[in-house]
Amino acid sequence: MSLTLTLASRNLFHDSLRLVATLVGIVFSVVLVMIQMGLFLGFGHMVTNMIDHTSTDLWVVPKKVKCFEDPSLIDLKLRNRIVAIDGIATVIPLVIGFSDWRQDSGEMTPVFIVGADLHDGALRPWNVVDGDVQALSQGYSVAVDRTYFDRLGVTGIGSTAEIRGRKVKVVALTDGIRSFTTTPYVFVDLKNARTFTGTPSDRANDLLVRLSPDADRDKTMQAIRDHVGDAEVLTTAEFRDRSRSFWLFGTGAGAALFAGALLGVIVGTVIVAQTLYSSTKDHLNEFATLRAMGSANGYIYRVIIYQALINAVIGFTLASAIGAVVVQMTAKSALPIVITPWLFVALSLLTVAMCVISAIGAIVRVLRTDPATVFMR
Amino acid sequence: MSDLVIEARKVTKTLGRGAREVQALRGIDLSLKRGELTLLMGPSGSGKTTLLLILGCMLTPSSGTLTVCGTSTSNADREELAKIRRDHVGFVFQSFHLFPTLSAAQNVRLALDIRHERGRKARKKAREALERVGLAQKVKMRPGELSGGEQQRVAIARAIVANPSVVLADEPTSALDGDNGRMILRILADAAHDDGKAVLVVTHDPRIVAFADRVINIEDGLLVERPSEQGELVRLPKAVGFGSVAAARTD
Repeated sequence: MSLTLTLASRNLFHDSLRLVATLVGIVFSVVLVMIQMGLFLGFGHMVTNMIDHTSTDLWVVPKKVKCFEDPSLIDLKLRNRIVAIDGIATVIPLVIGFSDWRQDSGEMTPVFIVGADLHDGALRPWNVVDGDVQALSQGYSVAVDRTYFDRLGVTGIGSTAEIRGRKVKVVALTDGIRSFTTTPYVFVDLKNARTFTGTPSDRANDLLVRLSPDADRDKTMQAIRDHVGDAEVLTTAEFRDRSRSFWLFGTGAGAALFAGALLGVIVGTVIVAQTLYSSTKDHLNEFATLRAMGSANGYIYRVIIYQALINAVIGFTLASAIGAVVVQMTAKSALPIVITPWLFVALSLLTVAMCVISAIGAIVRVLRTDPATVFMR
Repeated sequence: MSDLVIEARKVTKTLGRGAREVQALRGIDLSLKRGELTLLMGPSGSGKTTLLLILGCMLTPSSGTLTVCGTSTSNADREELAKIRRDHVGFVFQSFHLFPTLSAAQNVRLALDIRHERGRKARKKAREALERVGLAQKVKMRPGELSGGEQQRVAIARAIVANPSVVLADEPTSALDGDNGRMILRILADAAHDDGKAVLVVTHDPRIVAFADRVINIEDGLLVERPSEQGELVRLPKAVGFGSVAAARTD
């Protein structure tokens, strides 16, 4: 180990109380940023959950639609025009909307209906753990997520309730399809979705388009645009981005999460800067001695930067361990915290940057130190 | 190689401003030569420390010139002055100024580390320097585990390990008892006589005059040099080497 690194680590570990205070500051800051950004990513994934689980290539949506949950409608006649275009395999209407779920006990709760043609498989319930999705086409059948059993008064397959005055029966159960709005999703057949949401039979919320295997996507999209007037044609990725952007930035939710993360960075930087400054001040005599001995400024900066980096490494390691526990704990929650490898790398770099920036105050203090002071003490 | 290591010519230094302005040095002419231990003595406020700081390139003169190993310090900035110190000067401080969290060997290695001398060779040099000051058995000890005299010997090892041309020592014996003080002076005298360094010791301690090749008195910012043939200023015999220091410590 280099002597500068030895000196830096000894300076840090010499005062264990201050080291603990520094590490608490870093851990607090990094965990706060990690959670905020993890929530941001988790929220981002959650708001596009439905879009991510469609198996089609394109979306035809009403003009300026903001997100998947947007209740705007388009004319179903567009379907016939699109089907006639070269390169189109199928066009599947999608009907969504809020409705009321009335338990057998009479208790009411709002639900979000998702209905598509089950045979086309454009948007079917996934993670099915019990029952049969194909049974959704028989009568007034529904699929619900078992996370919402209590909310919906459901005990399992065969449970019944009422939606818009129609007696419905649970025929399939999913696991982990949670809504960020906390309103339970209820999967139904397209026909029943119209009934439960009051959508006219000549209207749909979106059209899901599956292309032929040999179709040129861009050319086909342009051809669709030429035929659908005011409606918009988006790829799945484009619609996902638009939906995510609306919920994260259009509603202010993302800004709030970012503000929290920024606060974490500021708090962390201030704490590390304060403790590093105070540590440097305590060792000022040593730095002045080094300077008197003729060390270059860079040598002294290196000691201080090493101190900052040691803080960063230990702090980030501890914060990562806490972060892993938090991720585990929230995995099944309504809003799971998601930490991707990129977020992990970004946070590690942020921690290093935060600690190194914090060292500036200490470096400035050392710069102002006169080496001659060692002769006065 | 010239014997002249430091040459100060007509050096003045004014400290403070306005009503607080003090003429600390008033035209100092001083040369330090290789192989010579010089004592700089004088009462408090006479300008000893100011002169030491100027000779050690930590202060720049208000007027006059200073040359260290042929390099003029005129117009040198802080980094250039640091380089001159790094290349040519070793310091021994009154309060030792060792790094309390580092071992004796690591403290000595610091002087090499700042000169980019690292690795096995540096470790060997540091160990040898500590052996020369009689601390071969204490290389791994931290300053807090050493006596005052031992700490000062570590500081001397640190000052000489990089083989500087000049060693400047500020009251190196003031915090030590008589025996330790003599041992320190013996080591510094050996550094001058055996290694050919110019050694300047600032001191109040009249007991150590016997170790000096010459004694310079400073009063009111002016030098008064006493000739060495006055009898009490006796140059140490060459036979007193570093080996004898270890023996002296044991005794």
